[in-house]
Amino acid sequence: MPDFDIKVKDENGVIVVTTNGYLNNYGGEQVASVCLQKISEGKRKFLINVEKTAMVNSIGVSILIEVIEELQGTSGKIAFCNTAPIVEKTFNIMGISKYAKIYATEEDGLADLSS
Amino acid sequence: MTNPTVELTLPIMEDMELAATKTAEVVAKRMGLDDMKTAEISMALIEACINAFEHSKTKDNVFIHYIIKEDTLVIKVGDRGIGFDSEVVAIPNIDEKINSSHKRGWGVQLMKELMDTVEFETTEDGTTVTMTKAK
Repeated sequence: MPDFDIKVKDENGVIVVTTNGYLNNYGGEQVASVCLQKISEGKRKFLINVEKTAMVNSIGVSILIEVIEELQGTSGKIAFCNTAPIVEKTFNIMGISKYAKIYATEEDGLADLSS
Repeated sequence: MTNPTVELTLPIMEDMELAATKTAEVVAKRMGLDDMKTAEISMALIEACINAFEHSKTKDNVFIHYIIKEDTLVIKVGDRGIGFDSEVVAIPNIDEKINSSHKRGWGVQLMKELMDTVEFETTEDGTTVTMTKAK
């Protein structure tokens, strides 16, 4: 059984996906699947809280590019919060942070995305 | 004098790269490397292991040597596969990955950004990536 799970909540129209565990291909697919489902339901704002994800791999992160791609051309946004320094560095190297804001806390992210 | 070396053999199994990172953490702590350098080593190692698992085209084990030098950690990740030419691996670009069917291919770039040096050597016996990180 993969050591990864997610929790999903809707905070005033912002879909918050909280991850727990190593974000590998399985983790990336779980997050992307939820986001793509919510996009199909009309949701456009996503905040991925990775506080409990200390490590990622490039396969898992590259799957998240699908969500960025899906939101292109819409008013939608995807963002991350509570990123470990190495996760943020990985996002910077891969260019994810060019398309997704990174917030220090979930509260900061919600405040900005909700506005 | 021979440098102290930790050797690890990994079967090609899902998430086994995390075993390599656990060993790296112990070695890095022993060397007095800070938390960020330790995390960078772990991340680079994850990518090196995934490359070895996926590109080796064999079911043989992956071998990792952690060579502890006075001021540098040298990590060698070897497989018995057919290898690949790192020189022909395109530098990935997020703008090009969006709307592309191939969103992967970041491993080598991540290793190069996270480590001080990264070298690939492919022989008829397999491929070895040698990465270094100074204290």
